[in-house]
Amino acid sequence: MKIAETFVEKPKTLAELCADLTAGRIKAVDLANGYYQRIEKVNPHLNVYLSLTRERAMAQAERVDALARKGDPLPPLAGVPMGIKDVLMMQGAPATAGSKILEGYRPPYDATVVTRLESAGAVLLGKLNCDEFAMGSSNENSAYGPVRNPVDPERVPGGSSGGSAAAVAANLAAGTLGTDTGGSVRQPASFCGVVGVMPTYGRVSRYGLIAFASSLDRIGPFAANVRDAATLLNVIAGHDAHDATSSPAPVEDYAVESDQPAAGLRVGVPAEYFGEGLDPEVGATIEKGIEALKAAGCVVKPVSLPHTKYAVPTYYLIATAEASANLARFDGVRYGYRSPHSATLAAMYSHSRNEGFGAEVKRRILLGTYALSAGYYDAYYLKAQQVRRLLAEEFLRAFAEVDAIVTPTSPVPAFKLGEKTGDPLAMYLADIYTVTASLAGICGVTVPCGATSGGLPVGMQVLARHLCESTAFRIARTVEEASS
Amino acid sequence: MTAKVTVEDVHRVAELAHLELTPEESGRMVKDLNAILDYVAELNELDTSSVAPMAQVSELGGSGASTGTSKPRPDRVEPSLDRAAVMREAPETDQAFFKVPKVIER
Repeated sequence: MKIAETFVEKPKTLAELCADLTAGRIKAVDLANGYYQRIEKVNPHLNVYLSLTRERAMAQAERVDALARKGDPLPPLAGVPMGIKDVLMMQGAPATAGSKILEGYRPPYDATVVTRLESAGAVLLGKLNCDEFAMGSSNENSAYGPVRNPVDPERVPGGSSGGSAAAVAANLAAGTLGTDTGGSVRQPASFCGVVGVMPTYGRVSRYGLIAFASSLDRIGPFAANVRDAATLLNVIAGHDAHDATSSPAPVEDYAVESDQPAAGLRVGVPAEYFGEGLDPEVGATIEKGIEALKAAGCVVKPVSLPHTKYAVPTYYLIATAEASANLARFDGVRYGYRSPHSATLAAMYSHSRNEGFGAEVKRRILLGTYALSAGYYDAYYLKAQQVRRLLAEEFLRAFAEVDAIVTPTSPVPAFKLGEKTGDPLAMYLADIYTVTASLAGICGVTVPCGATSGGLPVGMQVLARHLCESTAFRIARTVEEASS
Repeated sequence: MTAKVTVEDVHRVAELAHLELTPEESGRMVKDLNAILDYVAELNELDTSSVAPMAQVSELGGSGASTGTSKPRPDRVEPSLDRAAVMREAPETDQAFFKVPKVIER
């Protein structure tokens, strides 16, 4: 059975857009208007955009057109229509993080990634739907309703950056930004059939990101092809004085590096990612991708990551502990929702939080608070931090043998809306192949590798060691060329 | 580590987190937290007595922020956000300060 691909449309590549603008075949203003028209038509079906930043986008498009008229060389993202996950700040535009508690909030500053995209000429169309505070694997935890998968609107787009993935798949943007704490870029990219990047921890500044779990959070791009994703990373990567965790290491030209052939690279395949729970069709599709890597001259060999099964429990203890601290700032005092009719300060805190947060956010705050509370700290939080070291060291040992590791991005293709909402644990297990790399701080790219017989996209996850994004891009390019 | 979470535990933790749950929410949370904690108890299979806890990953692979390549910035006054722009977003202010309900009863 082939699903009608009603809303799937491939955007032009960044190179095509740049050539069109430079040759005067299209104006940035017309391009942006065209995207807004498509958004108006398609968004009611998919719920991808939460708000549009039309005035700011059109002013930027006019600036790009003025540059093009003068014949000046255009910056790398000139006129490129993009969307931004609604956990990132754009001055004066809503930033809800998918939560009622931030309804109506308009931040007074821009995130560093927003500044960098606009300096490179990008036209930011609006803010994209996501799970509340980026907590979820299906985008069903958004207070503003779920995003639907453009490939099959009865299915979820994945999460938490579901809007960012769906926007690219449906050509409601030529590129987007999302965030990845435990798989929130990679898993939705694989569900929607697009490329998603989780850069190395510290590679991209998080100034202006609403924090979920600070030792894990990364900002990463989505695009319709690997080279464009690499170009977007070129623009947003690099040190930022506003983020003490951002790395001072020099930034490679990822787009140029991604053009290098993958021949000779050593690629590890961990048996632990191909066992129980893996959908057979997903497994077979990934095997085909691995064969393509062999055909391209990669040296494929088995690697062992025996602690993998402990990654999900470790992740959920650490991420919820950090979230319980980060989300303490939402107290009805400085921004966002304040419950009316509270006679005391304590009542105002708890009423505002209780009325403002959704069920999954409360569940995670409670779990995190419990894991950090007196009497349980050693048994849960400290234990998880110890296992985190074992998981990270295991990756480093594997990377002594290989340049990259490939796995399925998700054990299953996109599932139906409502299928897992009743069982939080089943939803957490959707992240089983992505959380380990998050805990280790390494980088990863997911690339479309094929589809199931039902037409659902399957993504391959390519992991590489810290700051070796270029290696992951080269492997991903090879898989992309073989599967398209 | 497989201690069963009771409804009293949930209320205690909710109070620490400044959350106030309805009876239905409390019941649901007791069930969910027990299921999740049963699952994370798998970590007890591992002997970690000689493993140092890892709080952050910058130490690992040259991501650099804590490897000594990153120097503290000079300590000098720099422009920050405009107070009026910040105050505009708050539920209640007198332009200079955030206002909250009464803290101490007398």
